[in-house]
Amino acid sequence: MMPFDQVAGIAAPMMAPNVDTDVIMPKMFLKGVDRSGLGEGAFNLLRFSGGKANPDFILNQDGYRDACFLVVGPNFGCGSSREHAVWGLQQLGIRALIGTSFAGIFDDNCANNGLLTISLDPERVTALASVIADRTRNDVAVDLAAQTIRFDCGRRRMPFEIEPARKEAFLTGRDFIASTLIHADDIRAFEARHRAASPWMF
Amino acid sequence: MAARTLYDKLVDAHVVRNLDDSGLVLLYVDRTVLNEYTSPQAFAGLRAAGRKVWNPRAALMVVDHVNPTAARRVRAMPDDASTRQVDYFAENAREFGIEYFDILDPRQGIEHVVAPEQGLVMPGMVIAAGDSHSTAYGAFGALGYGIGTSDIEHYLATSTVRYRRLKTMRIHLSGTAAPFGVTPKDIVMEVIRRIGADGATGYAVEFSGPVVSDMSVEGRIVMSIMIVEAGARGVVIAPDQKVLDYLKGRPRSPKGEMWERAAASWLTLSSDPAAKFDREVTLDISEVAPLVTWGTSPDQAIAVTDNVPDPVQQAAPDRRAAAMRALSYMGLTPGTSIQSVPIDFAFIGSCTNARIEDLRDAAEIFRGRRVAAGVRAIVVPGSTQVRAQAEAEGLAKVFTDAGVEWRQSGCSMCLAMNDDVLKPGERCASSTNRNFEGRQGPGARTHLMSPAMVAAAAVTGRITDVRSLLGGSRQ
Ligand code: SF4
Repeated sequence: MMPFDQVAGIAAPMMAPNVDTDVIMPKMFLKGVDRSGLGEGAFNLLRFSGGKANPDFILNQDGYRDACFLVVGPNFGCGSSREHAVWGLQQLGIRALIGTSFAGIFDDNCANNGLLTISLDPERVTALASVIADRTRNDVAVDLAAQTIRFDCGRRRMPFEIEPARKEAFLTGRDFIASTLIHADDIRAFEARHRAASPWMF
Repeated sequence: MAARTLYDKLVDAHVVRNLDDSGLVLLYVDRTVLNEYTSPQAFAGLRAAGRKVWNPRAALMVVDHVNPTAARRVRAMPDDASTRQVDYFAENAREFGIEYFDILDPRQGIEHVVAPEQGLVMPGMVIAAGDSHSTAYGAFGALGYGIGTSDIEHYLATSTVRYRRLKTMRIHLSGTAAPFGVTPKDIVMEVIRRIGADGATGYAVEFSGPVVSDMSVEGRIVMSIMIVEAGARGVVIAPDQKVLDYLKGRPRSPKGEMWERAAASWLTLSSDPAAKFDREVTLDISEVAPLVTWGTSPDQAIAVTDNVPDPVQQAAPDRRAAAMRALSYMGLTPGTSIQSVPIDFAFIGSCTNARIEDLRDAAEIFRGRRVAAGVRAIVVPGSTQVRAQAEAEGLAKVFTDAGVEWRQSGCSMCLAMNDDVLKPGERCASSTNRNFEGRQGPGARTHLMSPAMVAAAAVTGRITDVRSLLGGSRQ
């Protein structure tokens, strides 16, 4: 997965609650056998209408087209488990999502791909969203090692929490399968105990 | 040892090792089911790294999301992309040695219907699969939950997932018999509307109470699947004799003396009486009415006797904006009676509500009636076995006599990845689980409800209180 250390760029507000993965990646883009072409799919039905860019959609507006952060409403990424939603956001250039809460499967999918999700309390998310809603003040810099978000033309800074194991994985861009297979003997030993206790499961 | 919940017991029994000192563990997963659209990149990852599947026998592969549901079944998929997806799926099954049900297999169907039918699911297991509704397996006393493609790959390569323990929520259902016309779908929709679309985010849910004990296994599956729409990340229900009766004699269920041992062990699985849950929710089901959604989130639901709500009642600005957007997408005006809303389409299907019980409920409404003029109604059974059983019971004839299309099995219009897609603006009464924008096709409008309510809407041509068609004699 892609490592994440320090990233600076534009942030766009997307504060609707319960933005689901059907909206993030509509079904028409789920028919591949690889991860290609999903940048076009991301938010497709919101970004385009009748083949043209929809001017109401935030990422089509001046000052937000090249956003690499989204500041989002609660329960972002709910619904379908489709990891295509995460791949598509990354292909659109999104590196981190800042919000109050993320849906479980989506959050795991983000972590498995190096798309950083940062959870803050609602007051802070609202404060951040209201600053970046001004396109002259929509710059944000995330420093994962220092666990800080700098915003408002560098004038303000807020800390954020992240579990140490998660932070480490994002910083190093770790291959989780390789690190799990280091424990292959433990898995085999567990399997033997499990089979003895519940032979009908095998 | 301190009192534990069933969820904690299942997790404890599957911890291979701790991965750090903050609660991240390597969790052994007993089973998975794979579909053709969330698995390809996982297999591609295995190939690229030269890895094998750790335990091919623990998995089952079944085509369900992209296949057509036309009455005559053919092997070919309707478009090149779907053909490539299904071909690659079959190739992966062959190369990695996993049991595979193709589209012509009499055991084919929606993964969450097929896995229990095959006896792949057993109490006490952990089952993680690449579909959010894998919580279905909680109905059997297994811990079921959904994962993404990277975790499918991780599972296939190691039989484990990296796992962080969830908070626990008990949803206690009290009361006696469900009120007239109220089904498990209505009960779970009522829970979702009360706790919200993120009310169970970060939680594993246990359903308990006399209502759950009285409920059929199929009804428990409905609730276990649908509670995902409140964000639940795992579901468990203590197994009982009904679960044993369901599983006995299934192809992959244990046999003979092994069955006796397994069954005795399964009946011991439950939360300790003193176990503490992080959150308790109780619902007296005598307060529940048949429900229908008016918006584009599954928590935007009202009793069928109510009017479309006014967004100004929402205090929070972002929620108010979301409700207004939902109403405009759905083409509804606040204050109108939901029962005055006409429909174009009626869909009975999905892993939530296309098992035999659901089809019986719907057939009861369709018997001796006709689909209203201008409405198209289709029934897509949850599996090819359910289809065969419905034909044997005469339900299929009830549907076709009523003017309902009787289809082959698949996910179909639950997510409209195949050719069953609504046109923009079309309004559908649907027995599915998600009413998201564009779920049943770009611009399509979905009203979630029970299968009997869908049938009622189909025969009247508008959203209808099913109780008015059930007749007083059954009260
Ligand atoms: S029927 Fe719907 S919810 Fe169930 S597995 Fe298929 S697409 Fe998912």
